Amino acid sequence: MTSPAPAKPARRDVLITGIGIVSSLGEGLDQHWTALNAAGPNVDNSAFAPYPVHPMVELDLSTQIPKRGDQRQMEPWQRLGTYAAGLALASAGIKDQPEILERTDMIVSAGGGERDVEADSAILTDLLKTNETGLLLNERLSSDLRPTLFLAQLPNLLAGNISIVHKVTGSSRTFMGEEAAGIDAVRTAHARVASRQSDICLVGGSYNAERLDMMLLFELGNYLWREDWAPVWDRIAKGGGLVTGSMGVFLILESADHAEKRGGTPIARLDDVLADRCKRQPGDAAAIAKGQFEALRDRIGDGPLAVLSGATGVEPLASEEKAFLDGLAEQGTDLAVRAVGSRIGHGLEAQFPALVALAALTVSHGSLFPPLDSTGMERESSGSITQALITTWGHWRGEGMALVSRAT
Amino acid sequence: MAANNGTLDKKGRPVVVVTGMGIVTSLGQGRADNWAALTAGRSGIHQITRFPTDGLRTTIGGTVDFVEAEPFCAPALSENLADIAMAEAIEQSAIGSRGDFPGPLFLAAAPVEMEWPQREELARAVGAPDPSDYHTLLEAAHKGRPDLHERFVFAGVAETLADRYGTKGSPISLSTACASGATAIQLGIEAIRRGDADAALTVGTDGSIHAEALIRFSLLSALSTQNDPAEGAAKPFSKNRDGFVMAEGAAALVLESLEHARARGAKILGVLEGAGERADSFHRTRSNPDGKAIIGCLEAALNDAGIAPEDIDYINAHGTGTPENDKMECLSVEAVFGDHAKAVPISSNKSMIGHTLTAAGAVEAAFSLMTILEGRIPPTINHEIPDPTIPLDVVPNAARDASVSRVLSNSFGFGGQNVSLVIAAEPS
Repeated sequence: MTSPAPAKPARRDVLITGIGIVSSLGEGLDQHWTALNAAGPNVDNSAFAPYPVHPMVELDLSTQIPKRGDQRQMEPWQRLGTYAAGLALASAGIKDQPEILERTDMIVSAGGGERDVEADSAILTDLLKTNETGLLLNERLSSDLRPTLFLAQLPNLLAGNISIVHKVTGSSRTFMGEEAAGIDAVRTAHARVASRQSDICLVGGSYNAERLDMMLLFELGNYLWREDWAPVWDRIAKGGGLVTGSMGVFLILESADHAEKRGGTPIARLDDVLADRCKRQPGDAAAIAKGQFEALRDRIGDGPLAVLSGATGVEPLASEEKAFLDGLAEQGTDLAVRAVGSRIGHGLEAQFPALVALAALTVSHGSLFPPLDSTGMERESSGSITQALITTWGHWRGEGMALVSRAT
Repeated sequence: MAANNGTLDKKGRPVVVVTGMGIVTSLGQGRADNWAALTAGRSGIHQITRFPTDGLRTTIGGTVDFVEAEPFCAPALSENLADIAMAEAIEQSAIGSRGDFPGPLFLAAAPVEMEWPQREELARAVGAPDPSDYHTLLEAAHKGRPDLHERFVFAGVAETLADRYGTKGSPISLSTACASGATAIQLGIEAIRRGDADAALTVGTDGSIHAEALIRFSLLSALSTQNDPAEGAAKPFSKNRDGFVMAEGAAALVLESLEHARARGAKILGVLEGAGERADSFHRTRSNPDGKAIIGCLEAALNDAGIAPEDIDYINAHGTGTPENDKMECLSVEAVFGDHAKAVPISSNKSMIGHTLTAAGAVEAAFSLMTILEGRIPPTINHEIPDPTIPLDVVPNAARDASVSRVLSNSFGFGGQNVSLVIAAEPS
């Protein structure tokens, strides 16, 4: 005879007590709030034409990565992430607290693979002219590759650099897998804190959009938008497509009691994070989202709900998500949608953490910024906003949802 | 303990057990072949024939040449290796039904990116202009190659395997460099302890020996250059050790809560008593000379399991055979184990299978379980010139019969990510 299963221990509240964010809109929460309330994105239509990108604002890297030697050991995506992680630690007020950093857990959602475009192009050109490709590769890769480039593009070395620069050493895990990696990183960090496996966790990622080599992967599947910039929902009428954006985003997730003991101030509460997958047959992603919404429904109050959508603009997925969100509204949920990609672009692994950050910012202000599109999908919202729902459907795979509430 | 039939551990958490294992390395396919070779002290390291090695300082590796991946690219072979290991583990565990595994997938996989044959193929598809560059590749990509997108997205391998085995929820692909395989197991342990899952499929796989990968590690001066004889190159803990040998392989473990395993009458292969982790903040490829992070990692694993160093019967070493790693691992074992250090046998599977990188933590966890089940400790081969600064019992050159009920398995990664697992026999 087996004994009854032990009851799951009660979950504890998970607070967002620190946010570091850099993107095309600026640095830090205040600059993002100002930019989201102003008209228009920061977008560059020409540098990588025909692909528009949202370029990173200029950063003084030395404020978060003081050693030039450390900066040199990183490719740009690692610098953005390490920089944002420093901002997050500062925002939480633990930047110079070794006792806390030593036991702070870390989950990074990382891409990587930034290459030496010049070296690759030169090697490729010569490769196409020889019959001895193997020999040529051996000779050229041995002489042309910078030894440190390997480390600068390894996914787990963003976490490694954060440990080195900011001394976060409690634990270190790196999730890979585009948008789903970002969803799962936040989901896992939340679950560990909620279940008492962790008291405090740094979680986030970064993406450098301003590179031809990074665009290649997505163009293979024809996911990229190839016209002058347009807001996410507006792209549907012209076949859809995603516009990438440079960003670095890290969150500090912390248990309420740990935050209280050290005098940390919550920006918002992260109620729950859900993730799933499907093969993207028509309706699959919407069916997952419906289930996720049902699972969260008990915790969604009566007031107006901000929905920060991670819609990429890729079709037919964007239309499917639009129909799902329209359906929620038709069934009586008082919601106001904002596809934040219309301002910060799409940042793959960093996109979900960025949405959580901007959702926390929204509920902390208690109001929602104006619509970002011109299709009428996004409606003005004048009511007080205390909760924000986040949706992220990856450009190829991965469906995530989260609920963020005003900290009480 | 009586109240829960022993299904909770000393800390009141669900006990996590292993009920299935699958292994493939350069020594062979499956548990039986691998174990026979490993305990015979046989090396799987050989001259690389997959691509020309002319002009390279290192020309050897533990490539798995008997598993098909045509045309070769790292994610294709990694996927096939993982597939073999997962099938064997699930068969042994007899869990779920075909294509319906009742839990999540945690996959330690090497980072992927487009490789040279595909760049060449794309450029030729648009006439191989001179010069060719990323604009050339983008022009070719725009014609549409969704097959290559799916092959080279990071999520690709895990998505394919999740489909094939019907794992539940969002599959997690992860990397903590050479600790990845152990991190996958750690994530599985945590999910079961939280009550998020009754079972988990944890996999480490690495099939990424191609010219650029070999050259990158070579440029970091991490690899042994003693190419002849190939089988003698991996020399962990020896005075003349000169680097690790890149290798391929995969291992899969089926993890379950003890309660779940018992309820379905599963044979229990061992218990995952603890996992410990500590990140280093010293350097990208070297650990702090004071050993703080590695010592902290070992201690965290023992603490998590609620045991003392004296309770460990055998250490499955990270033991890469680089001058730096083996010195630091020895220092840390001495610091944590004190007088007991000399009494605990410690051996390196990598002396025979090479360094399976992303897969290593998983492969070595599986071998640790077999060490317990078979009562035999695999040797550290190629130990001809002992290093007097490493006064440990490294089980030199020949396997040893021993009653082993608890193993500490270490994995330390580039980037300072360290994980140790405590693996024990099924409680009697």
